[in-house]
Amino acid sequence: MKAAVIVFPGSNCDRDVQVALRQSMGSEPLMVWHKDSDFDKVDLIVLPGGFSYGDYLRCGAMAANSPVMKEVVARAQKGVAVLGICNGFQMLTETGLVPGVLMRNADLRFVCRDVTIKVETSQSLFTAKYEQGEAIRIPVAHHDGNYYADDDTLSALEDRGQIAFRYCDQEGKLSEAANPNGSQRNIAGVYNETKTVLGLMPHPERLADPKLGGTDGRALFDGLVEALS
Amino acid sequence: MSSAVANERPVTPEVVREHGLNDEEYDLILDIMGREPNLLELGIFSVMWSEHCSYKSSKKWLKYLPTTGPQVIKGPGENAGVIDIGEGLAAIFKMESHNHPSYIEPYQGAATGVGGILRDVFTMGARPVANLNALRFGSPDHPKTRHLVAGVVAGIGGYGNCVGVPTVGGEVNFDPSYNGNILVNAMTVGIAPADRIFYSAAAGVGKPVVYVGSKTGRDGIHGATMASAEFDEDSEEKRPTVQVGDPFTEKLLIEACLELMATDAIVAIQDMGAAGLTSSSFEMASKGGSGVELELDKVPCREDGMTPYEMMLSESQERMLIVLQPGKEDLARGIFQKWDLDFAIIGHLTDTGRMVLKMNGEVVGDLPIDPLAEASPEYDRPWTATEPQDEIDPASFTPSVKPAEALKRLMATPDLCSKRWIWEQYDHMVMADTVARPGGDAAVVRIHGSNRGLAMASDCTPRYCKADPERGGAQVVAESWRNLTAVGAKPLAVTDNMNFGNPERPEIMGQFVGCVAGMKAACEALDYPVVSGNVSLYNETNGQAILPTPVIGGVGLIDDLDHIAGAALPGSGQDLVLIGETAGHLGASIYLRDIEGRSDGAPPPVDLELERRHGDFVRAKIRDGSITACHDLSDGGLAVGLAEMALAGDCGADITGAEQEPGNPPLAAWLFGEDQARYLVTTAQADALLAAAVEAGVPARVIGQTGGDRLILAEGEAISLAELRAGHEGWLPGYMDR
Repeated sequence: MKAAVIVFPGSNCDRDVQVALRQSMGSEPLMVWHKDSDFDKVDLIVLPGGFSYGDYLRCGAMAANSPVMKEVVARAQKGVAVLGICNGFQMLTETGLVPGVLMRNADLRFVCRDVTIKVETSQSLFTAKYEQGEAIRIPVAHHDGNYYADDDTLSALEDRGQIAFRYCDQEGKLSEAANPNGSQRNIAGVYNETKTVLGLMPHPERLADPKLGGTDGRALFDGLVEALS
Repeated sequence: MSSAVANERPVTPEVVREHGLNDEEYDLILDIMGREPNLLELGIFSVMWSEHCSYKSSKKWLKYLPTTGPQVIKGPGENAGVIDIGEGLAAIFKMESHNHPSYIEPYQGAATGVGGILRDVFTMGARPVANLNALRFGSPDHPKTRHLVAGVVAGIGGYGNCVGVPTVGGEVNFDPSYNGNILVNAMTVGIAPADRIFYSAAAGVGKPVVYVGSKTGRDGIHGATMASAEFDEDSEEKRPTVQVGDPFTEKLLIEACLELMATDAIVAIQDMGAAGLTSSSFEMASKGGSGVELELDKVPCREDGMTPYEMMLSESQERMLIVLQPGKEDLARGIFQKWDLDFAIIGHLTDTGRMVLKMNGEVVGDLPIDPLAEASPEYDRPWTATEPQDEIDPASFTPSVKPAEALKRLMATPDLCSKRWIWEQYDHMVMADTVARPGGDAAVVRIHGSNRGLAMASDCTPRYCKADPERGGAQVVAESWRNLTAVGAKPLAVTDNMNFGNPERPEIMGQFVGCVAGMKAACEALDYPVVSGNVSLYNETNGQAILPTPVIGGVGLIDDLDHIAGAALPGSGQDLVLIGETAGHLGASIYLRDIEGRSDGAPPPVDLELERRHGDFVRAKIRDGSITACHDLSDGGLAVGLAEMALAGDCGADITGAEQEPGNPPLAAWLFGEDQARYLVTTAQADALLAAAVEAGVPARVIGQTGGDRLILAEGEAISLAELRAGHEGWLPGYMDR
């Protein structure tokens, strides 16, 4: 598998995801500077967490209109796998590659902690190494992760199996207490219709190393390498 | 002088006073200048000689602190301290206060505090890897406290989260003495190659002086002078002196500077912090023994029509001054353009020993550098020693409540409750090297790409420093050293952040002198030198001073991350071993204050030889794997320490019976006394651990076992973890959402 991480000037999880990819791939991902739209052909594009262009406007809104994102959207439409984590998820909703929007957290505060999320399906490039219904522990760190779409859109997403992850308790039960940001229907991550694009608020790259207290995030990267190699 | 200054206000005695300069200081200025200064020059003297920049009241005493050791690469005097952490790397760190601005405008005050300390560290070539902050607020009942907590925490998070440096630790206290003067002390730790440290001394005639980063605006003019005066009812009017932070630009500045630092283009580099362009250019020229000429019309400005006075005194954030090697201008410009940052050559070095400021070709200011820097006033302020308090005899007093009730209440007090509500608003995991997260004795951050780590913590017990400054000062250092030891680290060096009231009052100066004496003794005894620091005086409102608060930020090294300890109980069936002697010191304790309503008594004595012996033993036993969990005992003593370990591990414990050991102090003193040099540890090999302790001359005894879902404290009295947790986790969110 060849992978590229798009580096925006305010990205700050670019190195973290580079480390996680390197660990699963056994080789270096391409680090693509945001001013460089003409990058090599790859199997996976990662939009990392951070504050792309400062996010003083709506998070991800400026990044969604940057030249490099035109290229990302074009490749995604041709079927190249795209993973958007946190700020990357915000870019994906802003470009419309995945439906919905990410609003300010319901309690209006930044939240950084481990959450448990339920794997809705193992039938995707991203989740093949998880069991369907498995509850995994992954950290979140965001101010604007409150997923919103209207009821019709949400039901359509559910019908088509586009919900990737939901916030749950340790037993896998959905509850308000397990929802860190007020997301509709506890949604933590969604796919596009073809399930080649995944946006999620939790950071799997932050718990992919036993030294950091957990490895539940690693299977996502291992699964991608297996699926795309 | 030119027409550019002709319209400015004349320098009258009133203007001199407004600049915070007294008559003697003004006479000295006349001597140095040989003429009357103009307004711009007066402004420059004012900020350079402000308490904040000149340390004029504290310098005499700070000289006593030990600042050297084999691990020290660069002690105080640069932007931050530098220590050797082996394998060709150095840790660079410092703590700095942003107290006054944070009280006036908590979000921006705290945010720019973080921004400033980050710049102090990356200026020297280090990539920042961790932030900590020590916060002190007024009484929870004070009408401003909730607003200040919310604003400061949001500001620290808003800045640090965006820059992408994890905020991994710190401390939070509440006390009425901070009602009108909160303390916001921010610390940054960075890592650099030991052979590529950048300093501020600039020499070499003709070398270009370059301005990079944000544009200069009218914000923060005279911030350093404000930070050197007391507050009164009109402090809100000082809001325009608080700067506004832009963490995105800071992130760009970090990356651009580190990219430039990887080349050989830089002669010297300095961030524009307090007193902005004035102090940065002054320090570079002064340390390099050179002169400097600046063309102020080339300074990138945010608004039109800014005067030289405003440009020189602005404290706009996210700006750096760099002296380049000639011929490297295009290389440097290319890097800053890549990161979309301003880059302007605004002057050059000279050999005149003078700072010459020009605007549109005309000289608008001309000052001698060395005389100004050297003549910076230094005061030997009168001081009076603090009256000692009586020791409290634990046998002499009768507790008002049973221990379990006391523990339940203590765990839910503002000082001892969980600070999760705060640190969950900080991204403490970005950079993916946070091995021990907030909430323990010390945070542990992995040195990227290795199996080694840095441990770091901030500490201060202001109520001890008030009761007995010398003991308090020693205790601060000892507790910092213990906290690092408790995770298995070897403590290396500290940064200090000295927060006190008005030094012109002898009793306040006496607190300062006493604390320094205690710190000196402890730093020497523990080989734990001070490599950087900051002094914040005049923390008073209407004559009401804060508690003396000398905060210590400690950094230690972990050689092998496979051998560290956390405070969480590791599960049932292990023995709890208490290391150190328990005489039952209740003077100035949290128990006495929060349960019995008394704040009298002498703080616990600090025996530095015991600290060292006990700590060295604990560290060795963490490293050889015989200790499975470890916690330093401090505020609230044994019972609070045990409760914290139990909640962290979600595992109960039983220590009943241990109170009956011959020679034990009375119950409340046994459980809540704050004797120093103690650790509570768990082990699966108690016999071997106790034998090793005997051999090392370290008091150690088994006091109970882990297991269950409650704490059985003494005389069979128990309390459930669920009940403890509800109060412990509930207080702060309950208070903030009320």
